[in-house]
Amino acid sequence: MDLTLKIWRQANTKAKGKMVDYKVTGVSPDSSFFEMLDVLNQSIIEEGGDPVAFDHDCREGICGTCSLYINGRPHGPDSGITTCQLHMRKFKSGDTIYIEPWRAKAFPIIKDLIVNRGAYDEIIQAGGYISVNTGGVPDANAIPIPKVDSDTAMDAASCIGCGACVATCKNASAMLFVAAKVSQFAHLPQGKIEAKRRVQNMVATMDELGFGNCSNTYACEQECPKEISVSHIAKMNREFFAAKLCADVKDI
Amino acid sequence: MSNSLLKYASITQKISMSLLGLFLASFLLVHLTINLMLMLPDGGESFRAAAEFMGTNPFIMVFEYVLFAAFFVHIVLGIILWMQNNQARPVAYAKANVSETSFFSKYMIHTGVIIMLFLFLHFVHFYFAKIGLVDASATYMFEGHEHPDFYTMAIELLKQPLYAVIYILSFLALGFHLNHAIQSGFQSLGLEHSKYTPAIKSISTIFALIVAVGFSIIPVFFLIQG
Amino acid sequence: MIKLESKIPEGKMADKWTNYIDHAKLVNPSNKRKLDIIIVGTGLAGASAASSLGEMGYKVKVFCYQDSSRRAHSIAAQGGINAAKNYPNDGDSVYRLFYDTVKGGDYRAREANVYRLAEVSNSIIDQGVAQGIPFARDYGGLLDNRSFGGAQVSRTFYARGQTGQQLLLGAYSALSRSIKNGQVELFSRRDMLDVVKIDGRARGIIVRNLVTGELEKHAGHAVVLATGGYGNVFYLSTNAMGSNASPVWQAHKRGAAFANASFVQIHPTCIPVHGDFQSKLTLMSESLRNDGRIWVPKHKKDAEAIQAGKLKPTAIKEEDRDYYLERRYPAFGNLVPRDVASRAAKERCDAGYGVGLGTGLAVYLDFSEAIGRLGKSVVEARYGNLFQMYEKIVDDNPYETPMMIYPAIHYSMGGLWVDYNLMTTIPGLYAIGEANFSDHGANRLGASALMQGLADGYFVLPYTIADYLSDQIHVPRFTGDEKEFNEVLGEVKGKIDKLMNIKGTKSVDSFHKELGHIMWENVGMARNEEGLKKALTEIPKLREEFWKDVKIPGDTAEYNTELEKAGRVADFLELGELMARDALNRTESCGGHFREESATEEGEAKRDDVNFAYVAAWEYKGENVAQELHKENLEFEAIKLVQRNYK
Repeated sequence: MDLTLKIWRQANTKAKGKMVDYKVTGVSPDSSFFEMLDVLNQSIIEEGGDPVAFDHDCREGICGTCSLYINGRPHGPDSGITTCQLHMRKFKSGDTIYIEPWRAKAFPIIKDLIVNRGAYDEIIQAGGYISVNTGGVPDANAIPIPKVDSDTAMDAASCIGCGACVATCKNASAMLFVAAKVSQFAHLPQGKIEAKRRVQNMVATMDELGFGNCSNTYACEQECPKEISVSHIAKMNREFFAAKLCADVKDI
Repeated sequence: MSNSLLKYASITQKISMSLLGLFLASFLLVHLTINLMLMLPDGGESFRAAAEFMGTNPFIMVFEYVLFAAFFVHIVLGIILWMQNNQARPVAYAKANVSETSFFSKYMIHTGVIIMLFLFLHFVHFYFAKIGLVDASATYMFEGHEHPDFYTMAIELLKQPLYAVIYILSFLALGFHLNHAIQSGFQSLGLEHSKYTPAIKSISTIFALIVAVGFSIIPVFFLIQG
Repeated sequence: MIKLESKIPEGKMADKWTNYIDHAKLVNPSNKRKLDIIIVGTGLAGASAASSLGEMGYKVKVFCYQDSSRRAHSIAAQGGINAAKNYPNDGDSVYRLFYDTVKGGDYRAREANVYRLAEVSNSIIDQGVAQGIPFARDYGGLLDNRSFGGAQVSRTFYARGQTGQQLLLGAYSALSRSIKNGQVELFSRRDMLDVVKIDGRARGIIVRNLVTGELEKHAGHAVVLATGGYGNVFYLSTNAMGSNASPVWQAHKRGAAFANASFVQIHPTCIPVHGDFQSKLTLMSESLRNDGRIWVPKHKKDAEAIQAGKLKPTAIKEEDRDYYLERRYPAFGNLVPRDVASRAAKERCDAGYGVGLGTGLAVYLDFSEAIGRLGKSVVEARYGNLFQMYEKIVDDNPYETPMMIYPAIHYSMGGLWVDYNLMTTIPGLYAIGEANFSDHGANRLGASALMQGLADGYFVLPYTIADYLSDQIHVPRFTGDEKEFNEVLGEVKGKIDKLMNIKGTKSVDSFHKELGHIMWENVGMARNEEGLKKALTEIPKLREEFWKDVKIPGDTAEYNTELEKAGRVADFLELGELMARDALNRTESCGGHFREESATEEGEAKRDDVNFAYVAAWEYKGENVAQELHKENLEFEAIKLVQRNYK
């Protein structure tokens, strides 16, 4: 396969970036998208240029590191996968492929296609945990949990924190990411104890970091590599509403 | 901190939008019922009676201000949210987003602005006459007083093809707005359930159809009637 | 000259850890505040250790090369985590888990460590549930278990096919809480490049900020390495692209003994290699072997037709299929330990019965029988995400045609030598999780890596590190401005400048690929003297070439992925040689280490307990000088040594 790539190049956070054209030839349809970029980078290095920087690590769709916005879709033209799971058979020879970084005020660009998603960590630090210390916890089977609740919590917990939801949202909203964590714990008895302060603190942090608001366009659900449902956003809204209405003023 | 504009959390703003929007939507049904009376072959008797009731009932008169406030806050909040959302992505993508989403969910601010402009026109035509800010173009005598004749005014307006087109387009926009708004309102309020949400989505579309079609047939009716 | 003191506590096997806890020295809360601990790595071991030590009151600094601590490669573990809970009432116990682990490791692990691991395993599950990890449950609301290779009980807890992810996110959430509370400070996108010793004790590290390229000095009273394994020495492995051995290798060069370097695990169920440009191998969870049946054609002509793309596996009749694991190992069948399953696959493929298109390097993992027995929906519920993953990569539907699998490098049992306290031979330097030579002996059982990482981090290190720190309470905080820091910083800078100034012609990846090729061919699944000696001459040659001809574009003071990779490959080029040396020294076959010279008549691995019941700990002796071997003899009190038998 022969392809034309239009790739965002930006030296560092402060530099001005631009789209640059590249040609790659002889790409196997069975190779992964990153293997195609590896080939491109090898040829850039051979020519003495600066290879394209992009984030990637596990290359099996679970670490959430990879973050490419390909032809107008986060993680490219396939559903339920991350960029590293995207294979070239999804393209045709002669195609032009746009490759851009996640675009959001809360995710500043570090270099080329690499963005800083530290905002996600900050949101989790605001309450994405159950406050137990190591040791001194009850036996694992001391807390029975209905299977359906546990399964729903697992659906939410499968979030890999990649940022595709923010990237595709027209408002760069992080609602699906935050909701996945809030909803996971809201479905579990262990998580209910600090549920009210959790949802209020996490939402407040999300807002402070400059993410947009949710318009219920549901693009996030479409593009989530783990296909996390927007019903978790509704769950978070419900949790938030209840907490704002009913929580003790001290419960924050 | 985009939210320092208003010290309320994003979700609080969304919940407010939803509650106000759903309230406004319920008012639409009342308005539609009255408007449909225009087409009754009773020379405007029912319509005038309804208009009279709406204009004089003390409860409704108070309610009117609540309604205006709801409109105002809904619109202002919508604009604030839109501004915040724009700030959240300062650099646009070179290749526009092609993710599959419900089409009209992305254009709420646009359909909203169309509705707002129509609302303004509507005020100029009717409400300003009602409160005496401008002279009514037609009047009738009721219980010894001269009253603005909304029946005649409405029919005359609707018979103008240009106004009829604006009217229909506006309600089309409203239909699109509502199609997303109703179910979206439920989602923002957290009223989501695996059993009921599909029904809510259907109701949302049906409601939008009723409003858009219901209002739009009135000018069509009068244009055909000549 | 290093001395190996295992420091195993006195007492009966079952009492050792309790005795240890009862008598270990403690640090009082007001003193904990004065002690700094550096932890490198935020996988299961690193994150759990950092959060636990932070909660206890120590000042912790934690480092990772990823953009977020949530992305460490522990996240990729799929199948599950073992614990001796005996919830299914099938006869499990701490002793049995201990026994299975020692046996699975082919009797090359330290008994006392393994017993402790089995003892604390149950607490991990309790901790995970308390953290809100959504483990699989039954309709009664209680936890579900599945069976796994190398065991006859169901002791594996799981969260769909994402157990590693869920456990890591649990540890990450605890870590996030500690960060929020100010007990732990996180430094992401940092590569650790060296250890700093003061008066013989580990007192800090040098890291490179991957974004700015700046070198930073970080000091502490103790340093903990939780940096994972070194499977990437083979270039193609199931490890993450960034997984590297540089921290442990630098520690080794500063005096930490490196143990059992040749013990790497080859996982039997990976998606086969498809081409030269391939960058990474994808693992399919071992849990698939619970219901999948492994086979190759019985007749060579069928295999050849499949390799040529002329025959579909579904066209091969039942009687023409060779379910070779069930045939050779009737007792364990498809659930034999990983090393046994991997070698059996290689044996079939080498004999010409493999089914990979064009390569012949694959065997079938067939679910048709399971789908018939359980129904498609049950199979989908159990393995749906794995099937989907397979289909995305291979473009083939495993519900209809059997999956193709082949072994791939997956885990390293070898690592830094540690004593019972998990301390290396450098005082104050600890290694936990996959980074140490660990509890898995010569082969790790499935679902035990998660168990070990978390055991070390949550329940072992927090106790054992206090034993060391208790006499450090009078040592004032280090600032990082001590002369030793500046010396090491200078050396690190020198090495980076040297790399940048080579300005050769070949990319880092091309050297890495070549090294991987040498390793896979000679230090891979089956090893012999000739191949190992060949590796011992080829690797130094390649290393020499690397230092003459590698090409690194860009600058040091910027985000430079090629420079990052170059540093890692430079270390792999040294580590690979040690692996070959260790493999050459160990003329027996054991676990993942198979010496062709040491096999039974049936081709099974033959251990040599008389000569090799020891841990081979290697001491660094300088550039281009062979390491010196030290032996820690393994005493077996609780378990009798027998030849492993899964038949």
